[in-house]
Amino acid sequence: MPELRGNMMNLFSASISVIVLVLGLGLYCVLSAGNVIRILIGVELMTKAATLAIILAGYLAGRMALAQCLAITLIVVEVAVIAVASGIAVGIFKSNGTLDTSELKTLKG
Amino acid sequence: MYLDIVILILMVVGALWTVMAADLLKSAIGLAVTSAILAVIMFRFTAPLAAVFELSVCAGLITVVFISVISLTRPGAEKTGQAAKRFGRYILLPLIVLIAGLALFMIKYPSDLSLAKSAATDMRSVLWGERTLDLFGQVVVLLAGIFGVVVLFKERKKKEDGDQKKV
Repeated sequence: MPELRGNMMNLFSASISVIVLVLGLGLYCVLSAGNVIRILIGVELMTKAATLAIILAGYLAGRMALAQCLAITLIVVEVAVIAVASGIAVGIFKSNGTLDTSELKTLKG
Repeated sequence: MYLDIVILILMVVGALWTVMAADLLKSAIGLAVTSAILAVIMFRFTAPLAAVFELSVCAGLITVVFISVISLTRPGAEKTGQAAKRFGRYILLPLIVLIAGLALFMIKYPSDLSLAKSAATDMRSVLWGERTLDLFGQVVVLLAGIFGVVVLFKERKKKEDGDQKKV
């Protein structure tokens, strides 16, 4: 039993580390990118970290059914956000001819 | 347990590749690979239904959306010569991720974690019983998403028609 608990602790530590790292990488991508599509990719990475956090919480608490429901809700919201944001990105490109954030001077798009 | 940790490390490598890739297309493919690895992790954590959603929607549909947007905006997507600049900017990132990962792994967390029990509660009863409001929220979000995409493309078409008439 103590060995099982130790294994769980290692898995928990590894999962928490991965969640923080992926969230950090996504945030870094959002903050450093000069391209609208890259910013969306960074947002996607951050939602991956959030999904993993929900699944890990459900696994540790023994409530996988609830965790799966929340993960599916998150995935649905993610799809809607990406679909609309992609449409906006295409609109920005059509009206400005670029997706470079440093060259976008207006909110038109 | 060690297999789980290897898969988790692979996910970080996938995320790193997604951030560092110079080409947007490679970046989108890296995101799909990260999603696929996350789906494997979900299967290992006894969440098969969420894993199937992740694999089909995130690794499939969202990648298709990204690739479509990249192909639609290809000429102005990124300037030439940015690839070398990006590589120079991100050259230290893997090292930082490695050090931060090891530091996070070494942190002592409270050891009174409850161990995973079997998924005794049926997901259907949770989804339709406890989380009914979430379902309504999902429907509203999906409708809002569809409406948003339709409006975005409709206005563009109208404007183009107006421009053609002026000519």
